[in-house]
Amino acid sequence: MEKKHAVFNWIFLGFFALFVLLPIVYTITNSFMSVEEINRYYGDMNKEGAVTLFHIFPDRVTLDSYYQMLFRRPDYLVKFWNSLLLTGSIVIGQAVISCTAGYAFSKFRFPGRDGIFFVLIILMMMPYQVTLVSNFIVLDLLNLIGSYPAVILPGIFSPFGVFLMRQVIDGMPNDIIEAAKLDGANQFQILFRIVAPRCRAGLVSLIILSFVDSWNMVEQPLIFLKDRAAYPLSVFLAESNSADPSLGFACGVLAMIPVALLFLFYEQELVEGISLSNLK
Amino acid sequence: MIQRKREALTGLGFAAPFLIGFAAFFVIPFLISIGYTFTFGAGGGAFVGFANYQEVLTSGAFKLAAWNTFRFIVVGVPLIMVSSLIFSLLLYQKFKGSGFFRSVFLYPLVIPIASTVMVVQVFFSESGILNSILNSMNFPVQSWLNSESAFYLLIGLYIWKNCGYNIVLFLAGLNSIPKDFYEAASLDGATGWNSFRYITAPILIPNFFFIFVISIINSFKSFREAFLLGGTMPHKSIYMLQHFMNNNFSNLNYQRLSVAALIVFIVIFGCVFLLFRLKGKAGTVEL
Repeated sequence: MEKKHAVFNWIFLGFFALFVLLPIVYTITNSFMSVEEINRYYGDMNKEGAVTLFHIFPDRVTLDSYYQMLFRRPDYLVKFWNSLLLTGSIVIGQAVISCTAGYAFSKFRFPGRDGIFFVLIILMMMPYQVTLVSNFIVLDLLNLIGSYPAVILPGIFSPFGVFLMRQVIDGMPNDIIEAAKLDGANQFQILFRIVAPRCRAGLVSLIILSFVDSWNMVEQPLIFLKDRAAYPLSVFLAESNSADPSLGFACGVLAMIPVALLFLFYEQELVEGISLSNLK
Repeated sequence: MIQRKREALTGLGFAAPFLIGFAAFFVIPFLISIGYTFTFGAGGGAFVGFANYQEVLTSGAFKLAAWNTFRFIVVGVPLIMVSSLIFSLLLYQKFKGSGFFRSVFLYPLVIPIASTVMVVQVFFSESGILNSILNSMNFPVQSWLNSESAFYLLIGLYIWKNCGYNIVLFLAGLNSIPKDFYEAASLDGATGWNSFRYITAPILIPNFFFIFVISIINSFKSFREAFLLGGTMPHKSIYMLQHFMNNNFSNLNYQRLSVAALIVFIVIFGCVFLLFRLKGKAGTVEL
């Protein structure tokens, strides 16, 4: 009986897992094709009447695409660096601010707390464009349009991080904090020595989720950065792929690397953190 | 009394960096932008009353965008909730390899859109893989990215990307149910469906609400895929409110954008309000 269940699960889930994995595997295997091979197979995909074959394994495994991308087309690495700079700044800022604010919303009573938290949830649900003009008004006032802070600053204050950290810290018993207070710890020591380490999983998943979100940014750079050279990888890849697909797969892998590494090392924390984010 | 005052001050102190940024970038300028909606011309010229509202609400582009966004949520959110619930019920059984499958379903969450777009193009463009296969089997070909099917493709990408997140949330809810509930039920002769109907489903209600909220948030993010695949003017089946707002921004039509933003805000606000009322009634759950 049990065995039959497991077999059914394997077949059913395996079928869907194939669909989930296909685009990822396809990108990775195809990145080991030479530029010439990619052009031969996919060069005509937008031409009427042409035929494109399903071609998951390269005829010849080579690092040609990577070589071309890294040494012949420096713009890709520049965009990668841009992405890292934007994403890193947002993630670090958001982690710090979300920790302190999450702690405040969870463990302190102050006037307007619940009202503000409600507004925060509402704004969290809005599509980005709803706050577009709002952001623009302020960034214009601060004379930041066209510069990286125009993308970074609003990203740091996005409400999701505070929401997540509040949920996570809510799950922590008050006695630990009380005990630390009796031992003479001040509030900063409590937050950074006691609360934060215990909320490691929540914090790590906040970092991963915020990293993924910023890494995928499309709207903000398009709108607030005037100079195309300053674009991050996310926007740049989509544009360059349609013009010239030859490096599309290798660049796709390049874009995957930072997030995939985070996922590989911290999957357990990510799962735990997402689980904690549940509204109770 | 003094104790409470101190608590409030410390709390506000910790919240201050966020509150200042949040007010400066979101709340205050949003209130200012409401003022924009009643004016005409750049830089807040003449007062025109509700003319902008009339213009937006009667504009074909806005109606199309609102309809598509609504349709996307109504089709996509139930689909993703049902599919992720089914997957998590299966994964909950903890058979050999269940951990592996959970990981696999979570992968797409961390795969950047820019990496997937290339594969989507290779499979679904005019002479892409799918059409070539269909053609060789004498089935009619379709222009997947430039027809009604673009909508379903986008729904598929949305589920592909976000299903794992929902599965983790459902699994967390399922794992919180004490095992003896099921044992007691099966001793009383309850079938699998009955235990689901009378034990699992009621306990999962708060999870359903939260996953519903998260799914809507994520559905708005599908704009990125739509944009990367179709640009500023994609096929009309995936022309979303986000396209409408983005394009009005590019055309420097801040009034129209502000009106649209305010309408979206009010609609979502209303929905959240209703949702929390409903949730309050459904069980003893607090915000």
